[in-house]
Amino acid sequence: METNWFVLVALMLVAYVVLDGFDLGVGVISPLVARTSEERQLVLRSIGPVWDGNEVWLLAAGGALFFAFPLLYASSFSGFYLPLMMVLWLLMLRGVGIELRSHVDNALWQSFCDFVFTLSSLLLTIFLGAAIGNVIRGVPLNKDGYFFEALWTNFRVGPSPGILDWYTVLTGVLAMITLTVHGANYLAMKTEGDVQLRARRLTQKGSWALSLMTVLSLLATLYIRPQVMDNFKLRAWGWIIPLLVVVTLISMFYFRAKGNDRAVFLSSTGYIVAMLGGAAFAMYPYLLPASTDPAYSLTIFNAKTGDYSMRVGLVWWLVGITLAIGYFVFLYRFFRGKVSLEDKEGY
Amino acid sequence: MDNALTIDRLQFAFTVTFHYLFPQLTMGLAPLIVIFKSLALWKKEERYNQAARFLAKIFALSFLFGVITGIPMEFQFGTNWAKFSQFSGGVIATTLAMEGVFAFFLESSFLGLFLYGEKRIGPKWHWLSAFMVFVGAWLSGYFIIATDAWMQHPVGYSLAADGTVQLNSFWLLLFNPWAIWQYLHNMGGALITGSFVVTALGAFYLLSRKHTEFGRLFVKTGVIVAVIASIFQIFPSGDRQGQLVTNYQPVTLAAMEGLFQSESGASIVLIGQPDTAAQKLDNPIYVPGMLSFLTHRRWEATVKGLNEFPRDQWPDNIPLLYYSYHIMVGLGTLFIAIMLGAVFLLWRKKLFDARWMLWILMLSFPFPFIANTAGWITAEVGRQPWLVYGLMRTAQGASPTVSAGNGLFTLIGFMGMYLVLGVMYLFLIGREVDHGPKLMTSQNGVTTLGGNLVAQGVGPSQKEAQ
Ligand code: HDD
Ligand code: HEM
Ligand code: HEM
Repeated sequence: METNWFVLVALMLVAYVVLDGFDLGVGVISPLVARTSEERQLVLRSIGPVWDGNEVWLLAAGGALFFAFPLLYASSFSGFYLPLMMVLWLLMLRGVGIELRSHVDNALWQSFCDFVFTLSSLLLTIFLGAAIGNVIRGVPLNKDGYFFEALWTNFRVGPSPGILDWYTVLTGVLAMITLTVHGANYLAMKTEGDVQLRARRLTQKGSWALSLMTVLSLLATLYIRPQVMDNFKLRAWGWIIPLLVVVTLISMFYFRAKGNDRAVFLSSTGYIVAMLGGAAFAMYPYLLPASTDPAYSLTIFNAKTGDYSMRVGLVWWLVGITLAIGYFVFLYRFFRGKVSLEDKEGY
Repeated sequence: MDNALTIDRLQFAFTVTFHYLFPQLTMGLAPLIVIFKSLALWKKEERYNQAARFLAKIFALSFLFGVITGIPMEFQFGTNWAKFSQFSGGVIATTLAMEGVFAFFLESSFLGLFLYGEKRIGPKWHWLSAFMVFVGAWLSGYFIIATDAWMQHPVGYSLAADGTVQLNSFWLLLFNPWAIWQYLHNMGGALITGSFVVTALGAFYLLSRKHTEFGRLFVKTGVIVAVIASIFQIFPSGDRQGQLVTNYQPVTLAAMEGLFQSESGASIVLIGQPDTAAQKLDNPIYVPGMLSFLTHRRWEATVKGLNEFPRDQWPDNIPLLYYSYHIMVGLGTLFIAIMLGAVFLLWRKKLFDARWMLWILMLSFPFPFIANTAGWITAEVGRQPWLVYGLMRTAQGASPTVSAGNGLFTLIGFMGMYLVLGVMYLFLIGREVDHGPKLMTSQNGVTTLGGNLVAQGVGPSQKEAQ
């Protein structure tokens, strides 16, 4: 049962990164691909109806995490106190940047909103990556299962690391590049004209950077945490995952050359799924490894909730998520196709 | 301010109070938007659609601020109240997670459709998306209140070997009797806020002789909804809430009423200042026997005073509790008086010319926000010293590893951020109100007259009519 919930929570997190990932990426690249105020507006229009729904996946995943593994939620949220609060503030600023831009027809206001939108998206992508890095690397848990991490200590991966050390900075940059490429792929698919051209060009270069960073970060991970190989030895089918990473990277280049924007976007989606899936696969059954004493690590067994609520939870969760997926399919079908400024609907 | 617990409490209280300013408005506006959309479908008049569109703008702005101030709430259980989360996660995480999958997805997806899709989906589907936004908002309210209700009155749980609580009855948690009345009362409060705001908008337009057609529509609809909601707020919902408190949290009731000594035939205090040190009320004005009747339905019944309970069970801020309760009840009574007056004038067809009444209606919109906030302070401060009533004390719930310094840092951060957000919100709402219902601002900032679009045959109900 706890394994089911491990998978479900991981799936929701992946859904979050895939969905909110592209609108974060769009935020990062918007100053690069959109030069005029109209183009900026167009870029915002491409995510306008969906970004809030995408962000809800974060809340829902957080809720599911709290539900299935209360101790993990309590320990990690209080331990990552400072970066989490900053993420919250960035999420707030970002919402303001996206939604309030069009409310005031004033160049000063609009460039302010653009700036806020881009900066907060950029920092969020890095924080997200650093968060994953922290979880893989492990944190200084005490015997009650709690810890507190400062933002940085000495940037070394030791027994008392900070949120940022060389490894998590690396994963942060990897996440930034991943989501930038993902966002550019989305824009290439959703727009036309100059914006589309620039987005395409960006993904071309970005894919090279992405491939390079992927290799680097895998090597770094093996170096700081060789245990990630354990599950691959134990369950050989797991090798599909790295294979998928390679395949999606290649198909990103291939379809880019062919000019098939939609397939490129699907490839970067597949890439994200594979990378995060690989991380989850390698972590299992650990949720949060301890850098202090391995025995203090949080696992799906010592952090789980009661059996009754897990069982009942599976029922309502399946009902709820089916409905939610239904709304999403409906919403995305409805807003499918390219956005353009001619069609001035909405208010 | 070097005590982490105090800072955690302040931070939670501050952020949730600020958050709730927005949902109470959106939950109150959503049904009014549905009313206008229904009228538009039914009577096929474009002005109802325009009214709905205008309220939707106010809704959308408030919704955005509700979302961005709500996200920190969801996380704060873990960040600042880790021990509490660990202890009670087996129960309350169920309702919180359900809120995510059942309500937030629904609300945010249909809001996207509602705001961006009017022309593409046609009037019937657009009505449906408005309705679903309403359902989502009200569901969201239910789950969060069920969570709070469990903290007020824990049910359906058992204590596990590791000292945490675990759910043992899903349905009891979901249909906690406390939750049902708390929810109804709370939604009544939201409706009051929504209808007072709509009324005030209408009164503003009538008084400034702009958009008077909408002014009349808003005042009329607002007043009718407001009078019903205000009465419902005292009876049955407020009354039933009071009975729950009497039965399950008698010490809270005593503190709310400022009843230091037990009394039979207890009188209800209208005005008076509690003096906790001397254990008495200064300058009381009271109605004899009333409290006994309200709480026990008998005029001569004995109501337990604070003296019957050990000191360490008393709510730790009795004056705050007492005042916020009296502010809520006082304002609630005032709302009924105002709205009965307004409805009477409406019935005699004098309301739109009674400028003095319009002035009152226009100026009274802040009071529901105050009453709702005061009500929540009553509930939450009244729950003290318990975090989960009878099971866990507030002092045991805070995060063990978050220091006062780090807490203060984020508290100051939230204060700064919310100050900016609040100013921005007021500024933007002010602009929308100033533009008024006739004008539709399109996405790239070009303003077009709503009427024009309809004249071109793009307005949905126009198509229907042809
Ligand atoms: C416009 C808002 C508003 C108005 C006019 C009233 N209330 Fe209220 N009240 C609320 C808004 C509210 C609230 C904010 O919605 C609360 C806080 C918690 C809750 O569920 O509802 C609440 C809580 C609340 C409680 C529970 C306190 C606790 O749990 O300890 C009681 C006993 C009452 N109310 C009673 C009344 C009575 C007798 C009223 C008669 C006028 C009244 N309320 C008017
Ligand atoms: C929106 C309306 C609400 C308001 C205005 C409000 C207000 C407050 C206040 C004033 C406090 C501080 C009490 C004290 O420390 O003396 C508090 C604490 C708290 N409230 Fe609420 N509350 C609201 C809703 C909720 C809901 C819905 C929940 C649960 C889901 C909740 C959970 C808590 C918790 C966990 C604390 C911290 C522990 C404590 O001090 O008891 N609150 N709230
Ligand atoms: C009386 C208490 C509360 C009520 C009735 C309430 C209701 C709502 C509603 C209706 C929304 C939708 C947004 C809007 O309409 O503005 C919302 C947003 C939100 N609320 Fe609250 N809320 C309350 C307190 C809390 C608390 C204590 C939490 C923390 C657990 C919380 C978490 C959230 C979150 C995360 C959102 C954003 C949802 C989104 O992205 O769509 N709320 N709240």
